[in-house]
Amino acid sequence: MTLPTLLVITFASILPLVLVFVFAFSEIRLVDIPRIGTEPIEWSLANFERAFGNPTFWNALGTTLLYATLTMIGSVGCGLVLALCLRRPFPGRGVVRALLLVPYVLPIIAAVTIWQTMLNPQYGIVNAIGREFLGWSAPVAFLNTTTVEAWGIPIPLSLLVVVVFEIWSSAPLSFLFITARLQSVPAELEEAAALDGASRWQTLTQIVLPQLRGVILLLCLLRFIWTFQSFNEVYLLTEGAGGTQVMALKVYTELITRADIGSAAAYGLLMSAVLTVLLAAYVIIGRRKEAM
Amino acid sequence: MSSRSSLRSPLPLRVLRGVIIAAALVASLGPVLYGVLLTLRPASSVIREPLRLIPGPDEIDLSAYATAMLNESAGGFGLGRFVLNSLVVALCTVVLSILVSVLGAYAAARLRYAGRGVVNAIILAVYLFPGIVLSVPLFVLLARVGLTGSLAGLFLVYVASTVPVALYMMRNYFIALPISIEEAATVDGASLPRMLWNIILPVAIPGVVSTAIYTFMIAWNEYFYALLFLVQRREQWTAPLGIAQLSDFDVPVTVLLAGSITVTVPVIILFSVVQRFLIDGLTSGAEK
Repeated sequence: MTLPTLLVITFASILPLVLVFVFAFSEIRLVDIPRIGTEPIEWSLANFERAFGNPTFWNALGTTLLYATLTMIGSVGCGLVLALCLRRPFPGRGVVRALLLVPYVLPIIAAVTIWQTMLNPQYGIVNAIGREFLGWSAPVAFLNTTTVEAWGIPIPLSLLVVVVFEIWSSAPLSFLFITARLQSVPAELEEAAALDGASRWQTLTQIVLPQLRGVILLLCLLRFIWTFQSFNEVYLLTEGAGGTQVMALKVYTELITRADIGSAAAYGLLMSAVLTVLLAAYVIIGRRKEAM
Repeated sequence: MSSRSSLRSPLPLRVLRGVIIAAALVASLGPVLYGVLLTLRPASSVIREPLRLIPGPDEIDLSAYATAMLNESAGGFGLGRFVLNSLVVALCTVVLSILVSVLGAYAAARLRYAGRGVVNAIILAVYLFPGIVLSVPLFVLLARVGLTGSLAGLFLVYVASTVPVALYMMRNYFIALPISIEEAATVDGASLPRMLWNIILPVAIPGVVSTAIYTFMIAWNEYFYALLFLVQRREQWTAPLGIAQLSDFDVPVTVLLAGSITVTVPVIILFSVVQRFLIDGLTSGAEK
């Protein structure tokens, strides 16, 4: 009965996983595809040496870490605030809850097209408002501006736009998960605390938040993992312009533009290495919590 | 009564909460409404007056939808065909992925067999492993057997990338089902396939439906593999690829938005029908 499942898993995951190692440690390019499997593999570390020696690799890694971290904080933070705001029943809560999920359900291509229109320098509403009411002297090209100076501080504008977009589309999921967990926080505990004279803030930080710790930690991990590898949102919004060359885009560029399979596989493996470290940290933190 | 009133929020907190909820609603719905409203006006009017959102009574113009959907020969941009491509691939993906994952997830949740722990660990690892990393070898594998450039190749990749997620969701669902009904059926002498079909599946329908919808949404949304495999084959483009490719050409913004709204419709319908199932399915793992 598990045979079909095992077949799919083998074809979809285990075989590619083995191959990604083989490719990463060999010199292989797109033109070599017809010859794969017919010639012996020449093992080499050249792909990794080139990656480490290339400043764009370190740039992409830094950009990706910043992008994933900011998105994680924003997405889980917004989800938490919304879940707490919608915790007590009020008329229309069900409808509000469903409407808040719209950005999450919206197909990415639709969300991106709408955002690109909003941010368009010629006819986008954001620039129109900025020039009409906020006194902007020139339209802002939100999707291909690497840095702007605001009060003397350089701000990575396009990267921030992509982060805000990701938070916008992923916060609803955090909201859902936290809401589900909130429902199983016993109300008696809070009532007892209130009777004992605990302030609302104390009840929140001493009773509710500790109960949410597990789900928040899990959400942070998942959001980081997903954002760290996200390709669609960034590529569709900016095509990598304006300092948004994240690691997933590098894998794509190495594979398609530079036609270098080995190098693309090496970039992919290095991404996995970063995530593995993170996953290990999560497991260790989880263990320690159980031990307490 | 006293404990209840002590839990009631003071006024400033209630106001703050109202403001946050209102702001969140504007942020979630505003862009979507903006997109829909623009599709009702001619593109020239949108470019001339970007700040006016409500279309004038004499200028409502739905031709953007027709222009987006019609074939090139009829003066459109062929999105109708791209949507059809997407539908076929997504529906095939759902059918095979659900079939495979229901069987596998049930086994992972209930049956005792050698290596069960290893298989479960692999499922979780695959679920969390970066898809972009596996894309390189999958691309090479499919190119090697000549399946890139076809919707069939895309379908295989979609099954491959949705099965781990579907397995994970279905397994959580099966684990949460009470084991007693199966024990009763076993005592009554039902065989395993019979029990799965007659006893388990009817109870597990909400889980199956939510997993199916989620799988559909993944396939419906997918862009990366479509770009890798099909970018040279215009007649095979899926809807996301088609809209993204067209935005590089000189296509009126209202047509692109009309296409985007059309792609959203099936998802909104599915989602509003089964919203509760889907939410339960997605969050069941977070209950621990």
